[in-house]
Amino acid sequence: MHPAPSVILFSTLSGLGFGFLAFLGWGALLPSGGAAFSLWGLGYGLAVAGLFASTFHLGNPKNALKAFTQWRSSWLSREAWASVATLLILAPVALSDIFDLELPRIVGQIGGTLAILTVLTTAMIYTQIKAVPRWHHWLTPVMFLTFALAGGAMLSGCALAPVLLLAVGAVLVAVWQVGDQAFAKAGQTLGTATGLDRLGTPSVLDPAHTAGNYLKREMIFVVGRKHAAKLRKIALALSALLPALVLLLPLGVYSIALAAVLHLAGALAARWLFFAEAEHVVALYYGARG
Amino acid sequence: MTGLPGATEKRLGLVIDLDTCVGCQACVTACKGWNDGGIGLSDQDPYGADPSGTFLNRVHSYQVAIPDAPAQVVTFPRSCLHCDNAPCVTVCPTGASYKRAEDGIVLVNEDACIGCGLCAWACPYGAREMDAAQGVMKKCTLCVDRIYNETLPEEDREPACVRTCPTNARHFGDLADPDSKVSQLVAQRGGYDLMPDMGTKPTNKYLPPRKKGPGEASPLAPLLDIKATGIAGWLDRMLGKI
Repeated sequence: MHPAPSVILFSTLSGLGFGFLAFLGWGALLPSGGAAFSLWGLGYGLAVAGLFASTFHLGNPKNALKAFTQWRSSWLSREAWASVATLLILAPVALSDIFDLELPRIVGQIGGTLAILTVLTTAMIYTQIKAVPRWHHWLTPVMFLTFALAGGAMLSGCALAPVLLLAVGAVLVAVWQVGDQAFAKAGQTLGTATGLDRLGTPSVLDPAHTAGNYLKREMIFVVGRKHAAKLRKIALALSALLPALVLLLPLGVYSIALAAVLHLAGALAARWLFFAEAEHVVALYYGARG
Repeated sequence: MTGLPGATEKRLGLVIDLDTCVGCQACVTACKGWNDGGIGLSDQDPYGADPSGTFLNRVHSYQVAIPDAPAQVVTFPRSCLHCDNAPCVTVCPTGASYKRAEDGIVLVNEDACIGCGLCAWACPYGAREMDAAQGVMKKCTLCVDRIYNETLPEEDREPACVRTCPTNARHFGDLADPDSKVSQLVAQRGGYDLMPDMGTKPTNKYLPPRKKGPGEASPLAPLLDIKATGIAGWLDRMLGKI
């Protein structure tokens, strides 16, 4: 699949943002005044920047409001609702923290849980797609949720953060191990794609078209896969191992900032791989495996 | 609604005969020609160095290695299969992608499409292409503006690809009706679904190429074994001995 920067930025930034908003909502740290303004601002900023980036992926964004209509069947529509609901419900909690209004914490707890559900809806957009076997696995939502929880814990200085970051590493390794087998396991070949397996073993004689098209650009992305092994190591080190170590340094808020920068870079690399390594079964028609 | 209608009254679709298709691309051209009217299917740099465009139908060609028989070339038209369990419909966040309850045709309401591309990701068959100029998704409409069009002569009330096919490799009809011509063809010829394990339950069916027997000997074969006679024969024998 084509690793579009808009979608990578969207899922990475909003994942981190909603993860942090969850911890703020749950009351993992109870800031007030200017500190509360900066922390809630960071959470909202990340989440909204991510959502904003996602609109660049749309061919016809003027219809964006219509995306709220199909929540009964569409995970993308559910994501739209969950993200807006989270941002609305947590707004009074943020104001209460900033101005010490003593709003009951239960509102924050509901909003925080909704923030995590928002990340789940994002993950399900990819998980539901059977035509991309690498994504069509329960580990996909586990990965998105672990990233959000670890990122949120890290930014809120929660003691659990190093453990959750190591969990991100473990999940990434599991996702890659399982993902590498997924396409073969799905059992689709040019033979099943054309039904010519009942005759013999087909292979491509001539391409259907010599120039590119939407399918080849969007779903048959092959550039850069040769660096996948290196990028995996970089993603694992930057998103999980190094920030977990950095958080153990006695540098206070500076260690959190350093860990956050490392983690975000690693998360972007991991998300790039999530798309670039994902093979769509339509590639079979073109004689490639995605 | 992007929910699926459940069982549809009719199941209009295509039956494509891979035995008679010759890969002439006439269906590709007729499809583009008919559907290019109105809002259209845009091309980018069509006469330049890097042409690209939106098509609803593509014809691939494959070679099939067959044990104990000569290899066969199979040309393979690929377009929307109007699935009963269309994943492209349920993923759509706006309701632009829908399946008609009355005849099972899967369509895109371009006025509601946001161009997110998720339906094209969900389709295992590559049936949907985003129009790069309009930013909305395009797909086969089964020529819904022909098949019910009473201003057209009756013989033209079928999809443009079917109407134009010079070898009659494409058939249009109601696959819910077991007595229809297309259902009969599927029953007689062992029509099959593409990637049935994807769970999409396609309406369109493909008829397999008939198995050809072992290659027949060429009529020119006897001429290859020439016995020389006379002086040439003597020379042949002598030179063979040296």
